[in-house]
Amino acid sequence: MRNFRIFRGDKSGGKMLDYQIEVDKGMVVLDAIHRIQTEQANDLAVRWNCKAGKCGSCSVEINGIPKLSCMTRMNEYGPEETVSIRPLKTFPIMKDLVTDVLWNYEQNKKIVPFTPDPNLKNKNGDYVMMQEDIDRIQEFRKCIECFLCQNVCHILRDQGKKDKFVGPRFMIQLAGLEMHPLDTQDRIPAIKEKFGSGMCNITRCCTDVCPEHIQITDNAIIPLKERVVDRFYDPVIWLWRKLFRRKSV
Amino acid sequence: MIIGKTNRTDNWWFEPLWTGIGFFAFVIYTTWAMLQANYYWWDAGANGFGGYLSPFYSPLIFINPLAQGSAPMDHSWFGFWPEWWPSLIPASPAILILAGPLSFRMTCYYYRKFYYRAYFMSPVACAVKGVSQKHYKGETALLIFQNLHRYTLYIALGFVVILSYDAILGFFRNGQLGIGVGSIILLINPILLAGYAFGCHAFRHLSGGKLDCFSCPSGKQKIRYKLWKGVSWLNGEHMLWAWASMIWVAFADIYVRMVAMGNWTDFNTWGY
Repeated sequence: MRNFRIFRGDKSGGKMLDYQIEVDKGMVVLDAIHRIQTEQANDLAVRWNCKAGKCGSCSVEINGIPKLSCMTRMNEYGPEETVSIRPLKTFPIMKDLVTDVLWNYEQNKKIVPFTPDPNLKNKNGDYVMMQEDIDRIQEFRKCIECFLCQNVCHILRDQGKKDKFVGPRFMIQLAGLEMHPLDTQDRIPAIKEKFGSGMCNITRCCTDVCPEHIQITDNAIIPLKERVVDRFYDPVIWLWRKLFRRKSV
Repeated sequence: MIIGKTNRTDNWWFEPLWTGIGFFAFVIYTTWAMLQANYYWWDAGANGFGGYLSPFYSPLIFINPLAQGSAPMDHSWFGFWPEWWPSLIPASPAILILAGPLSFRMTCYYYRKFYYRAYFMSPVACAVKGVSQKHYKGETALLIFQNLHRYTLYIALGFVVILSYDAILGFFRNGQLGIGVGSIILLINPILLAGYAFGCHAFRHLSGGKLDCFSCPSGKQKIRYKLWKGVSWLNGEHMLWAWASMIWVAFADIYVRMVAMGNWTDFNTWGY
């Protein structure tokens, strides 16, 4: 028998309840949750979908670490170890392990969408890009929107600055658009002011928890911060633009 | 809320602890070595071109020739130690230059991660409660200077050149080419610093990361794309380069100091 402690409750409060079940070889934490749901707690709420680490639905905190429950094998934990499962801390609890992640979709709506230059179409009416120009962006497209990075980001989680910082998931969204060779929009002022790139102090927890191993900090947030430096903080570039009336150097 | 409050059951405290202690030890040693103002040069008493110069003391802006283990005057950029220098502050060439490389490390994106965690506890570790700041402003207020990291990179690149020259100097004794343990130590030093500086996030941006399109308008790969790829490769192990170069520069100082003091013997081909 293996010991589990699972949060039970809703937005008005709750508590950790103990469960004991048999665990079979090869089971993941989500399997264990389902067995508890089937055998002992039929009303246990858990969000899941693909059970293959590709839908991003089953994000929870297992022994305090934000993870996908479908990609966390039970043999990661010792046979005597109690496995605690809690909902994502950063978002409001709906019931048990299910949180309301609506705030994230609201952030997405604030981002100016991909706007290609129609003049860049070739004679067949297609947009053509070279692979080396979109390698960077394709990494960001791996995001499954599990929101583990949003959950672990201390600016959202502990400092409560959801009104000041859009979070790592949308920094990679913005990076993917800003680095796109066909896009025509300038989002740098918004990245600084509206989306709060300066709020991030690059402690890299978002990268540490990403189940798709996207290098969020190195490949998205820091490059965006450097682009903001180009535009707003670098005195030489500022002088150059003033002297030669150029938008960029 | 209590700092360190978490539901994590692993040893989350280990990384901030060892990085915090490790860097603190480096700062203590560097400060001590900087204030010594002596035993930073060794050429076995030989004159002429060549010798070991501690990287903490390079470049030698001024030299106080009366200090034990000091370099010959012809290594000074601007001559004798100035008379106006306050007597309370040691006449140490290191005092004049260490702020340069230190500013590069202190604004480095990797170091920021580690010291925000280990010292500022913001947060102390992932999913662990750090210092709660009602008016948290990240790097938009007091820490806004972090945005000038690229300027400290330029300083660091200057030090790569200077320390490379020192490495060449280490392969000569009285104008005679040779090799000693110290030569190898002083050669590894700028290599590690170069790996760290050329893998810097700011350099990655400047080398090509700032471009939206690497191949436009010709559709062919350009030199900046290849440069950016190379810098990105180095950048992938930026933490490793940061620690290796930091530990090695301290070790190089210890080596030169110990040899200059006569505590260690430098095995070399010159035979003296």
